[in-house]
Amino acid sequence: MIHLFLHFLKYYYMNHYEAVFILNPVLSETQTEEAVKKYESLLTSKKCKIVHKEDWGLKKLAFTIQNKNSGFYHLLQFEGEGEIINHLEVELRRDERVMRFLTVKLDKHAQQWAEKRMKKIQSKPKAN
Amino acid sequence: MAKIDEQSNGKKEGEIRYLTPLNIDTNVKKKYCRFKRSGIKYIDYKDPDFLLKFVNEQGKILPRRLTGTSLKYQRKVSVAVKRARHLALMPYVGDLLK
Repeated sequence: MIHLFLHFLKYYYMNHYEAVFILNPVLSETQTEEAVKKYESLLTSKKCKIVHKEDWGLKKLAFTIQNKNSGFYHLLQFEGEGEIINHLEVELRRDERVMRFLTVKLDKHAQQWAEKRMKKIQSKPKAN
Repeated sequence: MAKIDEQSNGKKEGEIRYLTPLNIDTNVKKKYCRFKRSGIKYIDYKDPDFLLKFVNEQGKILPRRLTGTSLKYQRKVSVAVKRARHLALMPYVGDLLK
């Protein structure tokens, strides 16, 4: 019984995650888009739901990474099972275009904060 | 004179008594936890400008004895600062941050 219950729980209970990665500033626009799309398609192919994505653009780094002073920041917020994180992180590690990455699990307070942030960002372009 | 007599009679031995009370301000403003007071439940690592308040000029995390943050939120602050450092949003070692 317990096994059955856990089995169901696995399918019904999805976690929220957030991944931020820094892409190499040497890449062209199309190359960065390609890289982001690759990870989006990877997540969707593993039955993940992408809730939100952000492009912070070219930002200055606080210190040098791989002799670079800047990088393209991208954020993906998604919903899915925990096993996906391993696949995602392996891909991120293998990718030479990615200089740094961080994946974080969002608890309920973080989810509320993320929703607020989403609404703020969505309302801004309308006002302008 | 009455106070001196009391002291010599053995009341509160060894304690220094003054004839007139010294004027020392004891009403120092009490520190408080800003997260508890304003109801912030999650500390975002993506906002380095906010995290700069909990860090000294060199980029070291300030102790809660100075900032007044409660233990629960100090832990979250430290995690957030460390995440921000990993993503190069904040420096590990800095100079003249403020």
